[in-house]
Amino acid sequence: MTERSGPTHKTLEIGMALLIGMFGLVAIYGSLKAGINWGAEGPRAGFFPFYVGATIVGASAINLWRARRDDDGRLFATWGQLRQVMSVVVPTAIYVGSMPFIGLYVASMVFIAWFMRWLGGYRWLTTIAVAVGMPVLTYLVFERWFLVPLPKGPFEEWLGL
Amino acid sequence: MEELANLFHGFAVALQPYNIMLMIIGITLGVIIGVLPGLGGANGVAILLPLTFSMPPTSAIIMLSCIYWGALFGGAITSILFNIPGEPWSVATTFDGYPMAQQGRPGEALTAAFTSSFVGALFAVIMITLVAPLVAGFALRFGPAEKFAVYFLAFCSFVGLSKEPPFKTIAAMMMGFALAAVGLDSITGQLRLTFGVTELLNGFDFLIAVIGLFGIGEILLTMEEGLAFRGGNATINLRVVLQTWRELPAYWITSLRSCLIGCWMGVTPAGATPASFMSYGIAKRLARRGNNFGKGEIEGVIAPETAAHAAGTSALLPMLSLGVPGSPTAAVLLGGLLIWGLQPGPMLFVEQKEFVWGLIASMYLGNLAGLLVVLTCVPLFAAILRVPFGIIAPLILVLCAIGAYSVHNSTFDVMLMLVFGVLGYLLKKCNYPLAPLVLAIVLGDKAEEAFRQSLLGSQGSLGVFFSNGLVSTIMALGLVALFWSAIQEGYSRLRTSMA
Amino acid sequence: MKPFVLNVALAAIAVSCASSTASRAAWEPVRPVEFIVPAGTGGGADQMARTIQGIVTKHNLMRQPLVVINKAGGAGGEGFLDVKTSSGNPHKIIITLSNLFTTPLATGIPFNWKDLTPVAMLALDEFVLWVNAEKPYNSVKDYVDAAKKAPSGSFKMGGTGSKQEDQIITVGIEKAVGAKFTYIPYKGGGEVAVQLVGNHIDSTVNNPIEAVAQWRGGKLRPLCVFDAQPMAYDEPIADGKAWKDIPTCKSQGLAMDYLMLRGIFMSPRATKDQVEYYVELFKKVRATPEWQEFMKNGAFNTTFMTGADYAKWIEAEEKRHEGLMKEAGFLASPN
Repeated sequence: MTERSGPTHKTLEIGMALLIGMFGLVAIYGSLKAGINWGAEGPRAGFFPFYVGATIVGASAINLWRARRDDDGRLFATWGQLRQVMSVVVPTAIYVGSMPFIGLYVASMVFIAWFMRWLGGYRWLTTIAVAVGMPVLTYLVFERWFLVPLPKGPFEEWLGL
Repeated sequence: MEELANLFHGFAVALQPYNIMLMIIGITLGVIIGVLPGLGGANGVAILLPLTFSMPPTSAIIMLSCIYWGALFGGAITSILFNIPGEPWSVATTFDGYPMAQQGRPGEALTAAFTSSFVGALFAVIMITLVAPLVAGFALRFGPAEKFAVYFLAFCSFVGLSKEPPFKTIAAMMMGFALAAVGLDSITGQLRLTFGVTELLNGFDFLIAVIGLFGIGEILLTMEEGLAFRGGNATINLRVVLQTWRELPAYWITSLRSCLIGCWMGVTPAGATPASFMSYGIAKRLARRGNNFGKGEIEGVIAPETAAHAAGTSALLPMLSLGVPGSPTAAVLLGGLLIWGLQPGPMLFVEQKEFVWGLIASMYLGNLAGLLVVLTCVPLFAAILRVPFGIIAPLILVLCAIGAYSVHNSTFDVMLMLVFGVLGYLLKKCNYPLAPLVLAIVLGDKAEEAFRQSLLGSQGSLGVFFSNGLVSTIMALGLVALFWSAIQEGYSRLRTSMA
Repeated sequence: MKPFVLNVALAAIAVSCASSTASRAAWEPVRPVEFIVPAGTGGGADQMARTIQGIVTKHNLMRQPLVVINKAGGAGGEGFLDVKTSSGNPHKIIITLSNLFTTPLATGIPFNWKDLTPVAMLALDEFVLWVNAEKPYNSVKDYVDAAKKAPSGSFKMGGTGSKQEDQIITVGIEKAVGAKFTYIPYKGGGEVAVQLVGNHIDSTVNNPIEAVAQWRGGKLRPLCVFDAQPMAYDEPIADGKAWKDIPTCKSQGLAMDYLMLRGIFMSPRATKDQVEYYVELFKKVRATPEWQEFMKNGAFNTTFMTGADYAKWIEAEEKRHEGLMKEAGFLASPN
């Protein structure tokens, strides 16, 4: 069943139009706070963002109306495809979210290893070689040569890096 | 003729073995910097600037400018191979470069990009050599109104190009403008749209948006289609360089036009980014195969790359002769000049001849050296696409994260990148064009700033945008570009009705 | 790549040898020190920071590397907040300019200089009133007369940033002269100087280093300096005139003076030893010929202050900025 079913394109289109419209409303709200009129120094800070926000809301309304009329029943993607996409998005989100706490290097090792082993299906040896080699190389290039500090966690602290 | 004698003296300076060595080190470092997202030319040069502190100024500037060329070349590599532009002016290169790589023609795209970069830069250096003082004066005529007109032209030559539904284009572009507006409003010094979130003080950096929308978004799209990676069986050897070279002369008109656009944008100084977008937009309108742009047309790589590099190179002219940097990297180089005790400005060409001509000579040689280095590496770069997706994808994701982090040293930006990635995937699937969004993020706040500066100067009168010949001409060109398709249609209708 | 790696390795060995014989300080950095610049790359503060970085590297003044990081967001607010939240981290220092005072006042971000630990004042940056050399204003008096005669608001003053030092000075001039200017903010000082050369604006208050090249090229003319006494540098720059020959604005009947802080702070809750280490470091930096050359190029006022003197100076300066900005109506509106 997973082969043929999935969310329709129409649903996603409506969702996107609503999302972008919401974004426009946020922009309008922020602009109102900054002042949207024409002050002594020309247009004030919120003048442009206000009209930009208004245009977004207007364009989204039209997109929404069009999306609702569209009913060819096309699929956006099958559930199987979406699962594939989520299998990257979710681990990446965990990777990104853990970075402030365990640092970039350890997080990258785990992330690369996970990706190669479970999604790529590589042997442990290859997996570990890449997963360790890449962060080490990164460390040398960024921190040693270019003196760009990257986020570090307790492990690096312990190593004294 | 005195200039030529000076130039040859400059060549003699640049060709000392020590300086040649620095040149090659500089190019190599530059390519690495250009390839690593987030480092970028300006950061890279800034980071390495203190290293050059103990060198003689001429050697130091040779090395730094070679890093600059290297970074310019390097920026194209990730744009073409992974759809990740490392610099704002490489964005337009992805439009046709990445589809070419996907069709198994990465070598061809890279060769075209590198060669066009070289041609653009060479054209600009020749212009600097021959007409430097004349051109520098032109830059002085550009006040805020003229600058706004240039940005207006860049936007106009680009919108109306996309085949997506017009209201989706508008929504996407306006989102870009709104994102560009977040942070400090430079005219009133007031914070806006930050809602008290300190991470938003910075606004949305272009790089984070682009790494997410283009880079991560593309990986998600690939995942959707399973783990296969197209282009894996591309023929990869040096012959592709010669084959591509045989094709290139046919596009000489595009090259020449792009060179002129680039030099103009570099000198004014509006910068390489509007140059690349403008050049791409105009090439698409005028090219015979314009409808094929965006699907892997080699001309779509030539146009933006030539213009970006002509602009990047000629941006050094206002920096040297006026002390205004035409690009972020030029700004850092400018700081370098001051540290070495060289005062950029009208007197530099008179008082520091050896330095100036040494630098110009190094532009010729550094460019040539750069071209040779990157061209010999074309097979190597193209071979990266042979690495299976299961290995390259996590590495790209990690590099993207590093890139996003190092823009502002903030982990918040890395999360933002992922949000942009998912957004990019959804937008692309829903047929929203990403290019106008990115263009608006890159140029939106600059255009707004110039617009408001002009209005301050004119005390609120919009007439300032048509107040002299120069600004009126640019505005008129913009309007023509905006209504180009309507004009074309009207023209062809007129012709059919006449027939 | 090889020679580069080799150089770095050799440099590392050289540094470790040099410092093992050096006198033992009570505290020394054990990790790379981040040097935050609350402004963009290429600006005045950035140039100074990178010069210091170069001097430190060239003379092996530190065992650990000094890493310059730009955090320019929100008129520098990003950089200040970053250091503020790094309480107790001695490996973070920040170079400040006037936005130390102006940014929190104009934007309302939660920051005050008392959140940081003051280390040292490195120098003070001068401000000079510049006009286009083609214009007939040869003295402050000519200039003021012209500004008064022009219709209100049509006289254009260019400057860097909004509600920052350049605009504060502009408001000060307006008050002293009794004329209304239109202030146009630009991104950087170099751009401002060029806009003046191109006659898109009528005058600027550029720092010496931003406009000196145009002065030497005969494009701009300095009218007066916003300091209590003339600058110290007597080497001729253009037409036989030196920085020293520029009169003070006060002596020309334009009662306004303003100097911009170029000082160093470090993260909150730093110990005395840690502050002492950085004070000594900057003393060494100031003694190098490169630093002196840099000061001369930018015609800086080379006042050096540390400890209580420095804190007192900042305190007074903060009061003054609050007063100036309040009068000008630049304080953030509470919303």
